[in-house]
Amino acid sequence: MQPRIILDSKKFALTINRLCFQLIENHKDFERAALIGVQPRGIHLSRRIHKRLTEIVQHDVHYGIIDPTFYRDDYRKSEKQLTPNATEIPFSLEGKKVVLIDDVLFSGRTIRSAMDALLDFGRPEKIELLVLIDRRYTRDLPIQPDYVGKTIDSLTSEKVKVEWEHVDGTDQIWIVPKNTSA
Amino acid sequence: MKALSVKHLLGIRYLTEEDIELIFTTADEFKEVLSRPIKKVPSLRDTTVVNLFFESSTRTRISFELAEKRLSADIINFSASASSLKKGETLIDTVSNILAMKVDMVVMRHPSPGAPVFLSKYIDASIINAGDGTHEHPTQALLDAFSIREKLGSVQGKKIAIIGDIRHSRVALSNIFCLKKLGAEVMVCGPPTLIPNYIDSLGVKVEYDVKKALQWCDAANLLRIQLERQEIQYLPSLREYALYYGINKKMLDDLGKEILIMHPGPINRGVEVTSDAADSKHSIILDQVENGVAIRMAVLYLLSGRKESN
Repeated sequence: MQPRIILDSKKFALTINRLCFQLIENHKDFERAALIGVQPRGIHLSRRIHKRLTEIVQHDVHYGIIDPTFYRDDYRKSEKQLTPNATEIPFSLEGKKVVLIDDVLFSGRTIRSAMDALLDFGRPEKIELLVLIDRRYTRDLPIQPDYVGKTIDSLTSEKVKVEWEHVDGTDQIWIVPKNTSA
Repeated sequence: MKALSVKHLLGIRYLTEEDIELIFTTADEFKEVLSRPIKKVPSLRDTTVVNLFFESSTRTRISFELAEKRLSADIINFSASASSLKKGETLIDTVSNILAMKVDMVVMRHPSPGAPVFLSKYIDASIINAGDGTHEHPTQALLDAFSIREKLGSVQGKKIAIIGDIRHSRVALSNIFCLKKLGAEVMVCGPPTLIPNYIDSLGVKVEYDVKKALQWCDAANLLRIQLERQEIQYLPSLREYALYYGINKKMLDDLGKEILIMHPGPINRGVEVTSDAADSKHSIILDQVENGVAIRMAVLYLLSGRKESN
């Protein structure tokens, strides 16, 4: 199976824009909202959303990143050691409306552990989920996103690869066979 | 993803530089966890750890116990004075019996050098050495180097003086291994009777004048005189030691530069260091204690992360 592009750079920018306006629809002035990127790969998207959003609304929005590593349920189950990343949430989440941001939603286990991690920073009024790619019919847990960049149907033998302009040169999303590193 | 190259933490000598760096970067994240309102993560909720202390300890045992609790592990505490050892049971039997009750990791302090290495040949669980006689105390050396890295930016190229009872100190030996692996220059300083012969074969400088040692170093790690391990008299008196090797505030002020004062504890105030020096702005002694929990969490976390062999 050949790798194929499912979102090119032009559509990518449009999608980011649309997600920002959807957030504005629901959160208005973002007074009690907080955007939280999920480590490691969700932070590229969360930074981009945060940047674009502050450009549009013309004021800063609470922003943090969370690392769910210590809360995962596959520790000691997977071949590879899980190494932790930074968590930076310089404000209390008590009573906030949190938008969790990750790039690809697959089994839902990362989001489950990220939600567990979030609760250690206070009791949010609400947690929402924003993902760039929602892979349908692959969930292990009853977790659904509130904001979706693009919904796709894919095989479990495939994986979704998100490339970022500041890392890989271009914003685009691929579907590739799982065993390749491409 | 990286993993430790070892199954047990028996001593710093068995670790690679990459292992130490991995422990430090993991400890950075645990330090952040410890600054949260809820200082606990569920990483080890399916793991049981036994703390086997065949020798008395306050700081290390509390630090390990706290690290285990912060990781949500189940804990069993054991101290030699109230055990079947008194009834003549061997070390292997004691530990095998505990492990038969499905314990996953062993944290052990023992008065005999090499006891954890010996035990590792007979049991399956991961062992963490919490001090074995005059041999090694790896988590102490890791937290010392971690504290230096935190305060001075890195350990590479820094000059560290270890001052005091080098002969009887496991902290000194582990520190030498750890600091050398991380690229620091190490000097040991103390009365000639308390400096082991041939210590320069480990690649360390030897100095008998404490003022010269302080002048040379970026950080001084002060050690306690271990009277309980001295089978013969190595010193005329503690008073004489305090006179010639005790660090006081004036000596630090006269240096004309800032150095870090470290101490693994317990401190004998007025002997190796006076109160005004131990409590001065130079001192990072309480930072070391704080970092100890994060370092031990990192070690427990990384060692427990090996895949189950089922």
